[in-house]
Amino acid sequence: MAYSEKVIDHYKDPKNVGSLDKKDANVGTGLVGAPECGDVMKLQIQVNPETNEIVDAKFKTFGCGSAIASSSLATEWVKGKSIDQAMSIQNTQIVEELSLPPVKIHCSVLAEDAIKAAIVDYKSRRED
Amino acid sequence: MKLPIYLDYNATTPVDPKVVESMMPFFTESFGNAASRNHSFGWQVEKVVEEARTLIGRAIGAGGKEIVFTSGATESDNLAILGVANFYQKKGNHIITSPIEHKAVIDPCHALEQKGYEITFLDLDKNGCIDLNQLSDSIRDDTILVSLMAGNNEIGTLNPLKEIGEITHEKGVLFHTDATQGVGKIPIDVEEMKIDLLSMTAHKMYGPKGIGALYVRRKKPRVRLSPIIFGGGHERGMRSGTLNVTGIVGFAKALELSMEEMASEAERLIGLRQRLFDRLSTELDYLFLNGHPTERLPNNLNVSFGYVEGESLMMGVNELAVSSGSACTSASLEPSYVLRALGVGDDLAHSSIRFGMGRFTTVDEVDYAAEKMIVAVKRLREMSPLYEMVQEGVDLSTVKWTSH
Repeated sequence: MAYSEKVIDHYKDPKNVGSLDKKDANVGTGLVGAPECGDVMKLQIQVNPETNEIVDAKFKTFGCGSAIASSSLATEWVKGKSIDQAMSIQNTQIVEELSLPPVKIHCSVLAEDAIKAAIVDYKSRRED
Repeated sequence: MKLPIYLDYNATTPVDPKVVESMMPFFTESFGNAASRNHSFGWQVEKVVEEARTLIGRAIGAGGKEIVFTSGATESDNLAILGVANFYQKKGNHIITSPIEHKAVIDPCHALEQKGYEITFLDLDKNGCIDLNQLSDSIRDDTILVSLMAGNNEIGTLNPLKEIGEITHEKGVLFHTDATQGVGKIPIDVEEMKIDLLSMTAHKMYGPKGIGALYVRRKKPRVRLSPIIFGGGHERGMRSGTLNVTGIVGFAKALELSMEEMASEAERLIGLRQRLFDRLSTELDYLFLNGHPTERLPNNLNVSFGYVEGESLMMGVNELAVSSGSACTSASLEPSYVLRALGVGDDLAHSSIRFGMGRFTTVDEVDYAAEKMIVAVKRLREMSPLYEMVQEGVDLSTVKWTSH
């Protein structure tokens, strides 16, 4: 399996690996995927509640190189975006950026799901 | 140390230089067709082929006349299963096998199911071992074949061939074994083990790819087969086609070399395998051995690294050539059917790596491999949400995952 250079780069030097405090009111946590599928992504966002801007993002992923790269890229892209902007990130953009082959497209779908899940979590916790 | 280090000897092996040397004259000088009965070009190579047959037969306790040359173990498995099924169909249409056989056994069985044959897949314990009582109980009057491999290519577990042969022989059912991973590594004797058909291939034992054989018993009982390839009736009508003389010569030489050193080599490989496992288990928690701890192929180590996915692990150790049972590494995105059949959870199947050591593997290479694996696993665990959750005391089996 030949990986694109960008996938290899994200794998060797992943951006934003780690965790934010999920109890923090300004943090949204998305956990998507399933161990049986071989793909689990945890993506967290730290939001500035005044500006609704994502100021920090962290991820952890159990999955192949393409899954790790997709989630690493996702955290890079959401930083500095508003929640609405982040919500509109599409998996096809990830596929293009990383040159993912057809068999790895589902990794990008999961990354998109992870972003949305984090945002949904943030919003629902703010409503509590 | 030459990188990458090859640790996938269960997949294939390099051809031993002595084997290459033995094959060379048959490409250019002694290039005759072994079936050319009318001139010395043919007679010459026919003689060499017969010598090879005898040698290969002797390695498994058989006579030269009982060896049918094929293109490899896949073809041998197909010939054994489809050939027996067809020839003995009046006796019955029931075949017994195991769910962790190689696809070259399982797929022909599935094809026979489409034609109305009944296949029993025996139950396995968590190490991949069959229950001999269940085997015995499963044999019926209309059972025509039992097919059980010598050693499993993925997890290394060995089948008790002698005990199986006792049962099948006593009940009058043919016993085929796919011994692809066993021949040249562990002692196999078709007489002692009452084996009736045996598949083998050269490329797993430092011989060339594209040549294998099927042992077909001639006495007590005399096994008959319907051929699956037609065209001239070579190999006593069982396998038509011009013989691959260069391959046959290489096959015999490779097997000869393997048999010479088999016992001491097995010991050395077991030592390397244990060394690798010990190093990994000293440094890493949540490490699981797949397959039987002792009844396994001497060169095979298959382990799962909990909470780390196999393909990403292999990416992190690209100085090593190994294989994984992870779905990501297969085109079908299905995790290893062998590990699944053992009841290893899908998540651990995704986390498995198979190491196959071989003739040219050194202690330094094993130590290097262990080091690289440990570093890569630790790094990926730091990136793993599952490992994080386990460290926090979460019971992963209680989590509601979102599947997609």
